[in-house]
Amino acid sequence: MTTNIATHALAGIRIAGLIKSFTTPQGPVHAVRGVDISISPGETVALLGPNGAGKSTTIDMLLGLLPPDAGSVSLFGLSPANAIAAGAVGGMLQVGGVIQYLSVRELITMVASLYPQPLGVDEVIQLTGITDLAGRSTTKLSGGQAQRLRFAIALVGNPDLLVLDEPTVALDVEARRDFWTTMRRFTDLGKTVIFATHYLEEADAYADRIILMAHGKIVADGPATEIKATVGLRTIRATLPGADPDVLRALPGVTNAEIRGEGIILNCSNSDRALRALLAASPDARDIEVRGAGLEEAFLQLTGDTGTGEEAVR
Amino acid sequence: MSGVTYARFELLRTLRNRQALVFTVIFPVIMYFLLAAPNKDNHNFGGDAKHPTGLFAPQYYMVGLLAFGAMVAVLSSGARIAAERTIGWNRQLRLTPLSTAGYLRTKLLTGYLMAVSTIVLLYVSGIMLGVRLPFGNWLDMTALVLLALIPFAALGVAMGHLLNDDSAGAALGIGASLFAFLGGTWFPITGSGLFVQFCQLLPSYWLVQAGHVGLGAGANPWGAKGWLVLAAWSVVTVAFAMWAFQRDTHKA
Repeated sequence: MTTNIATHALAGIRIAGLIKSFTTPQGPVHAVRGVDISISPGETVALLGPNGAGKSTTIDMLLGLLPPDAGSVSLFGLSPANAIAAGAVGGMLQVGGVIQYLSVRELITMVASLYPQPLGVDEVIQLTGITDLAGRSTTKLSGGQAQRLRFAIALVGNPDLLVLDEPTVALDVEARRDFWTTMRRFTDLGKTVIFATHYLEEADAYADRIILMAHGKIVADGPATEIKATVGLRTIRATLPGADPDVLRALPGVTNAEIRGEGIILNCSNSDRALRALLAASPDARDIEVRGAGLEEAFLQLTGDTGTGEEAVR
Repeated sequence: MSGVTYARFELLRTLRNRQALVFTVIFPVIMYFLLAAPNKDNHNFGGDAKHPTGLFAPQYYMVGLLAFGAMVAVLSSGARIAAERTIGWNRQLRLTPLSTAGYLRTKLLTGYLMAVSTIVLLYVSGIMLGVRLPFGNWLDMTALVLLALIPFAALGVAMGHLLNDDSAGAALGIGASLFAFLGGTWFPITGSGLFVQFCQLLPSYWLVQAGHVGLGAGANPWGAKGWLVLAAWSVVTVAFAMWAFQRDTHKA
């Protein structure tokens, strides 16, 4: 594996005490409120959180596109600007058009020429599955095709760190799967990848590690399995008048319980066990509904706030 | 890391942009033939029997239209930064080893290359209509025109970093027309009235005068005043462009 800068275990990615606020007509918005992250080379990390959690702001500061109010970022022992100048970084940002008057192949070649040790243009075209589009004008692409081109642009410099801000947001299910298959081939080369997403399934399926963000802070950080157990993958809703939340919380497979009027909501790490135990303990529970937990609910559970009152983060 | 490949593709993009190509290169040439061909025997352009100007009409229009085309070429190259900013391409480029200075250099280079193409095409057109100059005059004229383009190149960059895609297009159209009109691109600005004195403070006036170095109508029109106006505009516009550039690249 060739790298653009000498990487070693001690010099991964370090983010310390990152803070960023914006001034808006509605008053100050505290987008990132003290974030510390440490990532080893070769890790694939998902930055997971609902819209407004501060993921994009964190990524912009990680890439040196936005100066932090406080805190520091080090990429392989270098400042973001120096790491980028060394060709160590590739990225796919949330807002990103591609320039016109070039073919797909020409645009990829143009970007490759800016890096000291790029991958082969043909190799990248093949890897991202755009061989058929190589001669097409960059303005004549569908949303999914443009996304693959942007992915090719991010990869072609052969960066040590690849940063993807919600890379699959515009894609349908099949295109999303294709995207991650390609991604896997790239991470197999031993690259460090950080991607932001608000899909729990995506983070779970493709990251070694998940960092959960809400309201500009990290609320959980660990291996995907651990995070899943923490947030509970499914919820059980039922009607059960007079239920005792403490009793419900003690049921096997339940991570948290909430009473809403006559209804109950159980967040479950194992919904099968929880449902059996619930029916055994309270046979009169009715209107039972089991479903995948929405990320929003998971965050409410983790952050313990009601989702109202807090400032709206952009 | 070859800036050459990057510049080559930038140039290719500029040449493929038909709309811009028509506006900066084709339009001045067509206008030239429309205006100059009917006057190709007029050696007293803008004058009469009592007040001879000694201006050869095809030469006068050659200078005026190359000034216009070259001005639009460097202005629009800078203004194209606005289009790339609007779609988020500049942020994408900031993740590559291309420096912001390198990006700017390439934009200026392509602008100047387009300006030179316009100038050469108009020289050829002028020669076709009978313009004859000593070789040294062609060189002096070209060098002065390229220098006099500096304020316009800087204004283009400033527009590129301050405006969005649409408003940059509008500003370019209005700005270029006004500067060209008041600079004497379309008709000779002569005399000593207040209007003329105002026009003589504009960089476009001297851009046109730069082309008049070879007109041979008496004294060299480019003097200390020309250098002074050009220097002042260059300093102010370059500072303005740098401010706009810094302001834009240091925010989100």
